Amino acid sequence: MDFQSCVNINKEWDIVGARQIGRDFARKIGFGTVDQARIATAISELARNIYLYAGTGKICFETIEEIDRKGLVILAVDDGPGIAEISKVMEDGYSTSGGLGAGLPGVKRLMDEFDIISEQEKGTEIKAVKWVR
Amino acid sequence: MRIPILKLHNYLLISIQIDLDDQSAIQFQEDLLSKIHQSGATGVVIDLTSVDIIDSFIAKVLGDVVTMSDLMGAKVVLTGIQPAVAMTLIDLGIHLQDVPTALDLEQGLIKLRQELEE
Ligand SMILES: Nc1ncnc2c1ncn2[C@@H]1O[C@H](COP(=O)(O)OP(=O)(O)OP(=O)(O)O)[C@@H](O)[C@H]1O
Ligand SMILES: [Mg+2]
Repeated sequence: MDFQSCVNINKEWDIVGARQIGRDFARKIGFGTVDQARIATAISELARNIYLYAGTGKICFETIEEIDRKGLVILAVDDGPGIAEISKVMEDGYSTSGGLGAGLPGVKRLMDEFDIISEQEKGTEIKAVKWVR
Repeated sequence: MRIPILKLHNYLLISIQIDLDDQSAIQFQEDLLSKIHQSGATGVVIDLTSVDIIDSFIAKVLGDVVTMSDLMGAKVVLTGIQPAVAMTLIDLGIHLQDVPTALDLEQGLIKLRQELEE
């Protein structure tokens, strides 16, 4: 897939940078305020996970247009340690870092589509889609 | 970035006007606790009118601030949470149930006075 824009996540402040860019994208595509907030929040969660657990990675954005609908794809990619048990990390409250464990299950609820591919020692790739209502 | 903390009688007033990064959120937590300690404030209002995103990390910091301040003897009220922010918090599964909230700064001060009189 050819992504329109990517933000590298290397330092803590990149989390803020990524969610601001993502919100701009969402507004331009035509999302309302609440969905803009949902998208920005989802990006914040994904970017922080990259920063905390993988160290570095990137978040990419792409608009998708189909005949009858249009949306935003968020792709979060890292080559960090990967996730051993995906079903575990998708549970509310599961955290290995003393966090709320709200991030990944939250992203799934904030967005319309959510896919996670992860291989231990290789990295993690999360794709989430939101459609304009 | 440092968030200014204003003192008014026995209260501390904070209006968060920046897009909070993790470091600033932690710094704010520390600053507020030491300000409560120094000033002996009994009530705190944190106004979130200008905050357009609260993710799980910031929610945890805010929730912790309320609990910690409570331990130190100061009641905290959060005010001005935007509708979009309230909705995303629910999606995140964060209910901030034990956290007193109010519509705006004025209502927040009224709520504080009530809580402190109880
Ligand atoms: N990109 C990643 N690479 C490796 N492990 C990850 C990654 N993202 C998440 N994880 C693992 O999944 C767990 C759950 O993540 P989730 O974001 O749901 O919660 P959290 O980050 O622990 O806490 P919160 O996001 O609420 O602050 C993490 O504790 C971590 O062990
Ligand atoms: Mg997380």
